[in-house]
Amino acid sequence: MPSKVVSFKLNGREVEVMVKPLMTLQTLLREQLNLTATKAGCRQGGCGSCTVLVNGEPMMSCLLPVEDVEGQEVTTLEGITPAEGLNPLQEAFFEKYAIQCGYCTPGMIMVATALLAHNPNPTREQVIEAISGNFCRCTGYAPIIEAIQAAAQRTNGRK
Amino acid sequence: MTIPEETLNVVGQSVPRRDGLGHVKGQTVYVDDINIPGTLHLKMVRSPVHHGKIKHIDFSEAEKVPGFVRALTYKDVPKNIYTILCLIGVGPDEEPVLAEDRVLWKGEQIAAILAETEEAAMEAVSKVKLDIEELPAVFDVEEALKPGAPILKPWGTNYFIYDYEYGQQNAFRKVRFGDVEKAFEQADYIVEGRYDSSPIEHAPTETTACLVKPEPDGRYTVYTNTQALFFTLDNAALILQIPFNKLHFVGGTVGGGFGGKVDVITEPIAILGSMKTGRPVKYRYTREEEMHVSSTRSAWRIYMKDGVMKDGRIIARKVTSYADSGAYNRHTPYAVTKHAANVAGPYAIPNVWIDAYCVYTNHQPCSAMRGFGVTMASYAIEVQMDRIAETIGMDPWEIRFINAYRNGDIKPHQKVVEDATLIEVMKAAAEMVGHQLPDRLLAMNSWDRGK
Repeated sequence: MPSKVVSFKLNGREVEVMVKPLMTLQTLLREQLNLTATKAGCRQGGCGSCTVLVNGEPMMSCLLPVEDVEGQEVTTLEGITPAEGLNPLQEAFFEKYAIQCGYCTPGMIMVATALLAHNPNPTREQVIEAISGNFCRCTGYAPIIEAIQAAAQRTNGRK
Repeated sequence: MTIPEETLNVVGQSVPRRDGLGHVKGQTVYVDDINIPGTLHLKMVRSPVHHGKIKHIDFSEAEKVPGFVRALTYKDVPKNIYTILCLIGVGPDEEPVLAEDRVLWKGEQIAAILAETEEAAMEAVSKVKLDIEELPAVFDVEEALKPGAPILKPWGTNYFIYDYEYGQQNAFRKVRFGDVEKAFEQADYIVEGRYDSSPIEHAPTETTACLVKPEPDGRYTVYTNTQALFFTLDNAALILQIPFNKLHFVGGTVGGGFGGKVDVITEPIAILGSMKTGRPVKYRYTREEEMHVSSTRSAWRIYMKDGVMKDGRIIARKVTSYADSGAYNRHTPYAVTKHAANVAGPYAIPNVWIDAYCVYTNHQPCSAMRGFGVTMASYAIEVQMDRIAETIGMDPWEIRFINAYRNGDIKPHQKVVEDATLIEVMKAAAEMVGHQLPDRLLAMNSWDRGK
């Protein structure tokens, strides 16, 4: 089957890419566009390290054919990282030591971004549910939960 | 001596992580984040059986796959048989980089395929025809040591040979201290236990990977997520029979390792692929390979027999342990040595006998993982301590305080204890869980047995 041109919005910018049928968004981002903040822990929808936002909703990019995001809006960690400094979630992850090897961190931050957009004041249980599809094999879940709650509080305080 | 707290800049302080900003911005560069144009992908043809004799490998259909570049077999590897711990004097060499005439575990690497894309490499691997005669396999450590078990090692046994004593080989790491049999006769109670554990996969979120780039000056730059950079460089140079300075290893960023990334598995063959093709080569495990092929923590079986007095003193401990090394050494001979040094526990026991075996089976090879050799020993020791407490009707805290080792004690492997902290740690633990210890235990310390 021939390659196909797909157009979508990536981190606020219109892009047009040429992809083979069923190429995943993960492969496109990492290997064609060099946007490697999106990780590749399992390539089978099991670990959440490749989570991106599609129209604001968290999606595992390893299970998403590029054709499916035609005309949609895709956001990766690169797209929410400020030019200078850190956003409130990044700041909280850094300060609360919600990072060890760092490999799950981008996925965790993307999931948390979607959570706080929908629910600016999540309970601990809601945070746990939101990150339930994301593995942290260094098992640092407690500081990750604390960081997301701290970021929520800071963001609300700034409003 | 007490150090005044105001002079401490780091101890007791939270220090920002140096790599933390890269992690939260997604800018930390892990090995698979590096893309070099023209890179070939390497995938392995693996054994479909637990034990077998390789009769023939047919690459003819694989070679027709568009994007196929070449295959590598053991004949291409300059020094195919190696053992990782040769660097600390462990021998003999026993693991092939690529299997020669036999495979000893399901998943063992037989041939490497290099192709223009990962998909082409995978497709070519699937088209390689293997003619393998399946042989009987053994999976249980004690079965593997019985007469008649299929023999896996060229030296004719299924155990690692530790040393020679009066012309006799030792099938195990041996510790002898005092006279356990005599002490068992004197003991008021005999407490026995058997402890088994399963293999554990580290399952790091980032899978094992390396990327090799040939440089114009004839050197090779090796980007890798190994946990043992120079150890891997040295082993790779020995396997490839090239000078150490031909290799430039770049690493240190590991997306989770836990001991699972200390074996020298992906780098030598990827470097060889680069040497043979003049192209960059990437070899990254799929998640399935990480789970099924990478080394695990060993499964252990530990038999423990203790002689105990009514007053709680343990006067004898006899241990026979078996580590399931899987098909090859990797780090298990070392794990067993560590195990033998620790399985008497942090307790002062005057009579100790330890036989600890490193056993080969047709399981996936086992290796390092967080405290390997000692973790399972600690589990067995502490469950055993609770059993002793229950048997003689003593408080489990008290039994540990009474037997705790102190500075100046001699451990069964003839090391003098210089840094005992068990009593202090137990006091702190009791306080943290809100357990009130009796004054006679609180009066004890690690440096004065009189107390």
